[in-house]
Amino acid sequence: MQRHLISAADLTRDDAVLILDTAEEMARVADRPIKKLPTLRGRTVVNLFFEDSTRTRISFEAAEKRLSADVINFTAKGSSVSKGESLKDTAQTLEAMGVDAVVIRHGASGAPYRLATSGWIDAHVINAGDGTHQHPTQALLDAFTMRRRLVGPDAGLGKDLDGRRVTLVGDILHSRVARSNVDLLHTLGAEVTLVAPPTLLPVGVETWPCEVSYDLDSTLTKSDAVMLLRVQRERMNAAFFPTEREYSRRYGLDGDRMAKMPDHAIVMHPGPMVRGMEITAEVADSGRCTVVEQVTNGVSVRMAVLYLLLGGAEPAVAHARPTEEK
Amino acid sequence: MSKTLIRGAKVLGGEPQDVLIDGTTIAEVGSGLSAEGAEVVEADGKVLLPGLVDLHTHLREPGREDSETVLTGTRAAASGGYTNVFAMANTFPVADTAGVVEQVWRLGQESGYCDVQPIGAVTVGLEGAKLAELGAMHESAAGVTVFSDDGKCVHDAVIMRRALEYVKAFNGVVAQHAQEPRLTEGAQMNEGVVSAELGLGGWPAVAEESIIARDVLLAEHVGSRVHICHLSTAGSVEIVRWAKSRGIDVTAEVTPHHLLLTDELVRSYNPVYKVNPPLRTERDVLALREALADGTIDIVATDHAPHPHEDKDCEWAAAAMGMVGLETALSVVQETMVDTGLLDWAGVADRMSVKPAQIGQATGHGRPVSAGEPANLTLVDAAYRGQVDPAGFASRSRNTPYEGRELPGRVTHTWLRGKATLVDGKLT
Amino acid sequence: MDKQQEKQGGPQPAAQSEARPVLEGPDIARVLTRIAHEIVERAKGADDVVLLGIPTRGVFLARRLADKLEQITERKIPVGSLDITMYRDDLRMHPPRALARTEIPGDGIDGRLVVLVDDVLFSGRTIRAALDALNDIGRPRAVQLAVLVDRGHRELPIRADYVGKNLPTSLRETVKVQLAEEDGRDTVLLGAKPDAPGAHP
Repeated sequence: MQRHLISAADLTRDDAVLILDTAEEMARVADRPIKKLPTLRGRTVVNLFFEDSTRTRISFEAAEKRLSADVINFTAKGSSVSKGESLKDTAQTLEAMGVDAVVIRHGASGAPYRLATSGWIDAHVINAGDGTHQHPTQALLDAFTMRRRLVGPDAGLGKDLDGRRVTLVGDILHSRVARSNVDLLHTLGAEVTLVAPPTLLPVGVETWPCEVSYDLDSTLTKSDAVMLLRVQRERMNAAFFPTEREYSRRYGLDGDRMAKMPDHAIVMHPGPMVRGMEITAEVADSGRCTVVEQVTNGVSVRMAVLYLLLGGAEPAVAHARPTEEK
Repeated sequence: MSKTLIRGAKVLGGEPQDVLIDGTTIAEVGSGLSAEGAEVVEADGKVLLPGLVDLHTHLREPGREDSETVLTGTRAAASGGYTNVFAMANTFPVADTAGVVEQVWRLGQESGYCDVQPIGAVTVGLEGAKLAELGAMHESAAGVTVFSDDGKCVHDAVIMRRALEYVKAFNGVVAQHAQEPRLTEGAQMNEGVVSAELGLGGWPAVAEESIIARDVLLAEHVGSRVHICHLSTAGSVEIVRWAKSRGIDVTAEVTPHHLLLTDELVRSYNPVYKVNPPLRTERDVLALREALADGTIDIVATDHAPHPHEDKDCEWAAAAMGMVGLETALSVVQETMVDTGLLDWAGVADRMSVKPAQIGQATGHGRPVSAGEPANLTLVDAAYRGQVDPAGFASRSRNTPYEGRELPGRVTHTWLRGKATLVDGKLT
Repeated sequence: MDKQQEKQGGPQPAAQSEARPVLEGPDIARVLTRIAHEIVERAKGADDVVLLGIPTRGVFLARRLADKLEQITERKIPVGSLDITMYRDDLRMHPPRALARTEIPGDGIDGRLVVLVDDVLFSGRTIRAALDALNDIGRPRAVQLAVLVDRGHRELPIRADYVGKNLPTSLRETVKVQLAEEDGRDTVLLGAKPDAPGAHP
């Protein structure tokens, strides 16, 4: 039984559905006069952010506070604490203050895994994004958003995403969001297609449980959800693609392309969006774009994860996953 | 002079024989030798090999004495059955002058556990820009014959060409750390299925293979010999095999860890598995074993790379690259080559003593176990099997990937010119 | 976390086999009718009553009560559910479970008479949690409690306003309510707890 949430690949189908169902109940708390639950009263959660991410930190903080946890924010961006020794020392210092859980964002892939498995600390570890590895709560909030939109908030309870066709477009190579989503969506029964220029796909992607295409237009017509990933302009300088114009022409989503999608299909983006690069303003501001909902849902999903990991005597999720599935 | 009689040792794995050491040399090899006046070591069927020679060791002194010193490194070497190690040049300061190589050489002389032959840097500060004074290092007391920028690749084709040509004047050899720098920017592990999943920067096989291909062609063009450090991929094996078939004067080494471990281990994100070149795939491991067996790869070299605990007790990206290897090398070779039937003990002696001594021109090492030869010997209990316990290492560092792993074979005795440096598994 | 666990001291198939019914289907229907009349009587017409059932079985009982109240008053009675999981005081003694639905009727509970409905009243801790949960949802005019069975052994100063059946029990006994909506039949079973620690007074 695992005590941490490190990778979306660690979640079984039942774990994931339990989290989504719980998040659905958590979402209702937001409609109440008092948007707060006493569940984590007396528990201390530290948000340990070695990388700048105001959005994710605020989302976690809102979730923690709605569950009445005591919250400590530790932002360790910068040079002096970005070295390895400091991760261990910082974590141990925080644990010495009586922390029950560490929500960690780190630029190094595997840092949360190390924190959880090296015997440095006893606290629960929740991965809030590590390098180009995983961002499991992002994948969960994406799946939650898809289930709500494509199945329905109530109709979706207890259900997965069986047979839904999800297309991820953009910088797969450098994206922890892509890795987490491929793992989780596959677990939930969705059919995933990755679309990117070949330079932005990792060597080894052929073993992932998804399809790969270089052609956006042909996949759009067959998609229930299209998720655009941020493409950083700096990638251009490393010759991943020739120019911004060429990228957006071949892989950006504009109004004409959106019109090729089925009527019910949604457009997603983990944010922050680069308008004019992977998405046009027309698409970003359309009713089919779920960017704002994804932010709202992020709080509910993180509340669910915190409750299921910390709410009881032992975690209710993250059972060891059968290895043959991977 | 003191005498030692090693009774009933399987010399190079053959029939049990007695070996009499008189002073610094082997006096006699035969059966039923007289023990008169000699200290007797009952070999009892253990395997007797020429003292092992490591062409690729990092002793860290001067500069990083917190991880290893010449003394602790040579003690580790004696524990592992070595009588001669070649110390890599990436120290602080870099061993790119006669002064530094002489210092390392002298520290080796003083240690008394193992001969230390310094390797000189090819370029000043390992920066790949300007040739170091190779001739001066050769002419120094250290008598450097092997030159390497190990840790960094001599990536500039012109500098590499000049170095290959220049050392011909004194029959030196350049040992290349084959790593195309642009293809390995931000590299953290082998590029492939595992790196894609773990989100760690990939170190593609082609970054090694392209440099090896270039360098064997350069060596052919200028008529020099070239040595390839820690060859790690199946593709590299193919290139070296092709080069040898063409008559190019190339030799190559493989590390014990590349004969045993794969990149699947990186899934633990445990930096004890972080090494350069990185652990590769099962397919590569099998190709390397086969190449070592058929002689395409000439030698095993440890790339013993000690690091202090704090440089490994951290997240993967921040961790140092490298593993200690002197004290486990023979066990890993037995596990992967001998116990698999790929190599006999005579083959082990060839790959771990005879050939490395030839490549490095180490006089008195890698010699036959016969009368009149220097008594540099290693006695191995090949029947032993046990778990690796880094707490027992003589090395100052503990960064072994084998902790808790069961491996065969144990070096019980090592003699350096007749003087026992290791007796019953204990350093003298 | 497990309400059934609190009420019967853990799931015990053995106890069930020896359990004897203390209320059968017709008895349950009769006591619910009586409670409905009592509510109308005490609430002077029940025109501001909101019924909130505590999942799982309290919700079914609340719906049945609402049906009966509607028959009596010929008005629509708001009925909902109140999940108290996140307010429990023993959360850290069990692994957390999936949450049940909290469904507050459209007009809310502010200024209304909320009648909480549960199947068994035992320690009173569930009701305490329910009062806390209500507090975060609104401010009722008054809160009352209706239970099918009161088995005693209160650990908090809580009592029911409407009781289907007072059932004096020992701590070595278990009370299990079965309802057609969840269990396929209506019955209340009294059983013996086999060798449970603390069951020997």
